Amino acid sequence: TGRLPNSRAQDGKPRLMLMGQKRSGKSSISSVVFHKLPPSETLYLETTTHITKYSVHSILDFAIYDLPGHINYLDDAYDDEATFGEVDAVIWVIDAQDEYLDAINALNRTVLILQSRFPTINVEVFVHKVDGLSEDYKSDTFRDIIQRVQDELSDAGYDNAPVSFYQTSIFDDSIFEAFSKVIQKLIPQLPTLESLLNSLCSNCRIEKAYLFDVLSKIYIATDTSPTDIGSYEICSGYIDVVVDISEIYGWDRPTENGHTADEDTEDGMQDGESLITMEKKGNNYLYLREINKYLALICLMGEDSNSEKKVLIDYNVGVFKEALSKIFPGA
Amino acid sequence: MASTASQSLAPRRQKQRKVLLMGKSGAGKSSMRSIVFSNYVAKDVRRLGVTIDVEHSNIRFMGSLVLNLWDCGGQDGFTESYLDAQRGHVFSAVSTLIFVFDIESRDFQGDLISYSSIIRALHEHSPTAKIFVLIHKMDLMPANTRHSIFLERSDIIRKYSEREGFSSSVSGRNGERNNGVEFWATSIWDQSLYKAWTQVIYYLVPNASAIETLLRQLAEVIDARELILYERTTCLMVTHVTRGVEAENPYTDRFERISSILKTQKQSMASVLPSPNRSLSHLFPQAPISQANTALRTHSKHTGIPAGSANFAELQIKTGRFMFFITRLTDNTNLAAAIPPSEQVFNTARLNIQLVRWKFDELDIATKKKVEAAPAPATG
Ligand SMILES: Nc1nc2c(ncn2[C@@H]2O[C@H](COP(=O)(O)OP(=O)(O)OP(=O)(O)O)[C@@H](O)[C@H]2O)c(=O)[nH]1
Ligand SMILES: Nc1nc2c(ncn2[C@@H]2O[C@H](COP(=O)(O)OP(=O)(O)O)[C@@H](O)[C@H]2O)c(=O)[nH]1
Ligand SMILES: [Mg+2]
Repeated sequence: TGRLPNSRAQDGKPRLMLMGQKRSGKSSISSVVFHKLPPSETLYLETTTHITKYSVHSILDFAIYDLPGHINYLDDAYDDEATFGEVDAVIWVIDAQDEYLDAINALNRTVLILQSRFPTINVEVFVHKVDGLSEDYKSDTFRDIIQRVQDELSDAGYDNAPVSFYQTSIFDDSIFEAFSKVIQKLIPQLPTLESLLNSLCSNCRIEKAYLFDVLSKIYIATDTSPTDIGSYEICSGYIDVVVDISEIYGWDRPTENGHTADEDTEDGMQDGESLITMEKKGNNYLYLREINKYLALICLMGEDSNSEKKVLIDYNVGVFKEALSKIFPGA
Repeated sequence: MASTASQSLAPRRQKQRKVLLMGKSGAGKSSMRSIVFSNYVAKDVRRLGVTIDVEHSNIRFMGSLVLNLWDCGGQDGFTESYLDAQRGHVFSAVSTLIFVFDIESRDFQGDLISYSSIIRALHEHSPTAKIFVLIHKMDLMPANTRHSIFLERSDIIRKYSEREGFSSSVSGRNGERNNGVEFWATSIWDQSLYKAWTQVIYYLVPNASAIETLLRQLAEVIDARELILYERTTCLMVTHVTRGVEAENPYTDRFERISSILKTQKQSMASVLPSPNRSLSHLFPQAPISQANTALRTHSKHTGIPAGSANFAELQIKTGRFMFFITRLTDNTNLAAAIPPSEQVFNTARLNIQLVRWKFDELDIATKKKVEAAPAPATG
């Protein structure tokens, strides 16, 4: 056991490995993010004994492997070429509520080996289960972990190793936001997407625009203005609403008397579209537009946007869609 | 129409309704109350302490109705005092008793005895009171056994109720106004909580049928597939009208689902407003290693939401199969409308809703101010 399925030669699908000590939360993370398991139910997950693969089919197909924590993948007896040869990123999960020194040591060993043998693999460290911690303790822990890994790396002479750190919990959106950032690094078209979103924002006075993979709620790009988790939370909650209502009222109706004519003549409404208007200001606040089977564009509007600008937005979103279909011809 | 008119001319007095919330300690009374009325989410309720004696809350509902909710701490000592020293005080002038049974209780027999003595006191002081029995924490039972366990327990409780003079009415689908006992299975972890409390509210709203008549007329005028009226603070459904094929909508739990959508939306909007216990997470964003040492940068400007306006005024969804919107109807209500997929129907519907607002306002007593003549609805 413990062996990855034979990696197919360059299929272009990014591969991610989830690693970390036992009970650090790897299976919980994959079940919550990719199987929509309610976080409270992860208590009943059994210890993972086999490598488990989660596939995500979206604009960008990728695979996540959940590696059981009890195997040392980088010792001599293990064929690390087969394991890591085709991996794009390693996500290392540390339980921040537990004693983490052992975990850091294991992480440091892994990072050093990866640096020497597979220097292009991104190492993404999830400082996990931060929900239970006080704010002070949380940031101290986070800093401490970063420091320890950094020290080890620079002692070994690796100063620019591709290692990043995130604070995560399955009980809020932080895990989705972290995953989004990890995935974005693996999308070669990211700079193009970002500049498209930037120009959309400046043309329509949009404060923030996200391109979301609707099913996984991972965003694959956003404009380059600063992000904060608050905006992500609004967008992901909004997707839930639209998906939910679309399920409720999108059921297969028997042919209806009276309305069929309408449905035939009305066109341009193939893509779903949605809008939230905020109270008081009366301005449009959130705007969602289906881009294709997988993707939705969500815009957080600026203070001064108003309904007249809807036409402008529709036009520019049309342009954006057009450009996107050139970047991802398959979708 | 005639009934609507006479209703609106009646003197506008607030209708007080005294509602007792009782059951063994730990049964989940305060949890429910906090979720339904105080914007808690299910996982927050772990923070609640034991209720000491009675916690009163006055909840203004649909303008005309003031719910006087008595959350009665369920520890034995308190229960004894309700039945003894405070008997008249607690049990007189009660409109409704909500009694919560914990499905996990190891002493069902004991719960029944305590239930019996409580409804005996209720019968003495408020013989016409209505009883809602909630069999709670159903999430803890395996899904496939929930229904049969529920039926089994309700049967037993029904017998005890009859013994004390409370005959059962058929479980209130059509909102029977006769008193009796209704049974609901609930859990704070799913829609069932809303389903049960919606029935309670429907029972308590004094002019539900007038509201319903008005809503039906509106639905006809705007050709809606479905209209659902929600109370704004609790997001509980007041009533709904379903027309034509929409009656076959397979999602029979949709009213509760939209209810909880409204609620979460309210919460997620509220949660991005600056609040002391959240701000730190913004101060320390998940940073790549190169930035980690500059971590304490000031947090980025909040994206657009002005403080205090956590409510959305309107939500629209347009697809090739349906169109949908939720909008403010009166000070105390939101209206959800599902209509055919046509821009024209959509625009006419929104316009007409503007035009009939005043009629609903009249049923909604909190808004005394404007009763001036308003235009008749335009036909689409
Ligand atoms: N699993 C589950 N637990 C619940 C549910 N509702 C409440 N609880 C839990 O039950 C415990 C007791 O809840 P409370 O609401 O404080 O109980 P109470 O009835 O107000 O108790 P007293 O105030 O002492 O009368 C809490 O730990 C809740 O988290 C539910 O639907 N399912
Ligand atoms: N408080 C908290 N607990 C978590 C979180 N993620 C996972 N857990 C818990 O950690 C335990 C171990 O998780 P599991 O996914 O089985 O770990 P694995 O062995 O790494 O796959 C479970 O009881 C989870 O409920 C989190 O974000 N916060
Ligand atoms: Mg209590």
